[in-house]
Amino acid sequence: MEALIELVQYILQNVINALQRGSFYAVISIGYSMVYGVLMLFNFAHGDIFMVGTYIGFGIATLFLALFAGFLPGPLIFLATVIVTMFLASWVGVFVEVAGYRPLRSAPRASAAITGLMIGIIFETGILILLGAKRLSFPPLMESVSYKVWGIYLTNVKVIIIIISLLLMLALHTFIQKTKWGMAMRAMSYDFLAVPLMGVSINVIAPLTFAVGAGLAAVAGILYGQAYPILDPYMGVIIGWKAFVAAILGGRGSIKGAALAGYLLGFIEIFVATIFPSTLRDLIAYSIILLILTYRPRGFFGMEHSTKLRL
Amino acid sequence: MRKITVLIIVALAFALAFSSPAFSARKTVIKIGINAPMTGDIPKVGEGSKYAALLWLEDIEKAGGLEVGGKKYEVELVIEDNESKAESAVKANMKMITQDDVLAIVGPQSSKQAVPAGEVANKYKTVMISPWSTNPATTMDRPYVFRGCFLDPFQGPVVANFITEEFGYTKAAVLYDVASDYPKGLAEVFKAAWEKKHGAGSVVAYESFTTKDTDFSSQLTKIVKSGAQVLFTPQYYNEVPLIVQQAKDLGWKGPIVGSDSWGSAETVELCGEACYGLYFSSHYAAAGAKGATKAFIDRYTENYGYIPDDVAALTWDALKLAQQAIQDSGKITGRIEKDRAAVRDSLAKIKNFAGITGNMTFTEEGDPIKCAVIVKINDNGEYEFYKSSCP
Repeated sequence: MEALIELVQYILQNVINALQRGSFYAVISIGYSMVYGVLMLFNFAHGDIFMVGTYIGFGIATLFLALFAGFLPGPLIFLATVIVTMFLASWVGVFVEVAGYRPLRSAPRASAAITGLMIGIIFETGILILLGAKRLSFPPLMESVSYKVWGIYLTNVKVIIIIISLLLMLALHTFIQKTKWGMAMRAMSYDFLAVPLMGVSINVIAPLTFAVGAGLAAVAGILYGQAYPILDPYMGVIIGWKAFVAAILGGRGSIKGAALAGYLLGFIEIFVATIFPSTLRDLIAYSIILLILTYRPRGFFGMEHSTKLRL
Repeated sequence: MRKITVLIIVALAFALAFSSPAFSARKTVIKIGINAPMTGDIPKVGEGSKYAALLWLEDIEKAGGLEVGGKKYEVELVIEDNESKAESAVKANMKMITQDDVLAIVGPQSSKQAVPAGEVANKYKTVMISPWSTNPATTMDRPYVFRGCFLDPFQGPVVANFITEEFGYTKAAVLYDVASDYPKGLAEVFKAAWEKKHGAGSVVAYESFTTKDTDFSSQLTKIVKSGAQVLFTPQYYNEVPLIVQQAKDLGWKGPIVGSDSWGSAETVELCGEACYGLYFSSHYAAAGAKGATKAFIDRYTENYGYIPDDVAALTWDALKLAQQAIQDSGKITGRIEKDRAAVRDSLAKIKNFAGITGNMTFTEEGDPIKCAVIVKINDNGEYEFYKSSCP
């Protein structure tokens, strides 16, 4: 009996671990799916937009902590950091669209696809030149408190990460389903040739999509900085690729799918390492995903038409 | 008119030819290559190497050059960035050997780069001294490759001994990066040494991750559950803070012990108070240093504003070794292949070299025999000498 309780506790502990990891994959992979929905291409710079967002968050957090740490409550500073960082980072998204994707809109798809890779490299090396290769430590915006609940270790940071990620996704869902802008984005993903004829310009919707994706990635960046407080210019590469995997797994262009697949990826990674020797983690985890895609090539929620079109 | 023009041209040509340095005494410049990670995963290591090298060069310049066989030669440093990548380290060595004609190379620092780069140096018969690489493969069967530090297999038993004596523990866990030569090699050696001491199965959790991972929660949950009393993690400064923090968040209460890869000044800077009170094995400790070691530490701190880490100290020793070897070779002929061979022979013969990281004598393989230091991160975040352990 005791062994059973211990096992359940062990599993629950890993569920928490997986929820935290999955939250990052989910929020970042949504950025891929949104852009895909509108432009029918993947923004390969998204991982690096996440990185730039984290650096912006680092700068804003450091600034705000220096200015207000004495007399404003911690949660307020946190909130202010999130809002300002989101705003600034969304302009990074707009920049990527205007400078990288717009000039190549009628170019062959492959050219547009590698644009993202190039912008990513420009961001990485740009940060490298600007700030040097030194690792930076993200300042803690909340004091980490550890709790032990029924044998499971929780920190307030973990709980906040999971809750904020869910809130963000809920907010995005509302935005897309309930607002005019959201409706325009949905329409664009349905038919990007006819919708502009109805007076909805792709030159407004595309940057908006990039901006929202970048804003989300920046919040993910701040949360990431709280959980894994070491910043380097290449931090977006691996997590970007994994989130991209989640976006494909969820079904191209499906935001719901991307979010679910992000969490699924987190669970697969954590539980594979729990059950098997951790050396085999990525080998087994990504074999499982390959297997899922073999049987569901369109991912979980991939739309019929999205596989017919290009890339 | 024409004749005069020709005459003038000929006269000018002669004047030029005789005034050019080629005809005056030929000046030989001794070039020393530095192969270091200025960018990439561990730029702080590159910075430490560079600063130590600049201090060394300053000494040489103050003395008016390097004296070999009664003649002073100008010394030039060729610093190449290996981006903390194996391919780039190989390329950097290739360039320094074939284009810059360096007499000797100091670096690369990490085994990941030093193992493949050593291959090139040995093939082209150029002395290479890696100050920091502790993987046996770096110098194995390579007469031209040397190192300035002890080996991985030495650190494993030293740490295992230290934990056993200090805490009396019998169950250990290991967490390491399976995709990097250094942590993987050291983890294996530690496991073997620990199990030799405490019997098979005494390493109760042997967990790994891959480079660039930031989340170790599933591995650490396993480690906490395994009932291990101590965690050994031979990782670098960019991972140690994350591992330590996440371990604490998941309820780890025991000590965490590391190896010399913790020794960078940035470990504590990034980790903060979470790392206070932890131990690692190293080549040197800044706090509590005496004599020449202290002189070097003071000078470095004065010039660059922070206490040098072990990389800087070992790079300094490696450059001093190279200097000694060049001086012992007796003569610079200017024929680079011959000079390189002479430097190699005199380096292999060096006995009881008094370095700031300890006295060194080279073995047949080009590995020095020297002592290890157990360092404790004290409550001010300094690396304090705790114990010495000799082979």
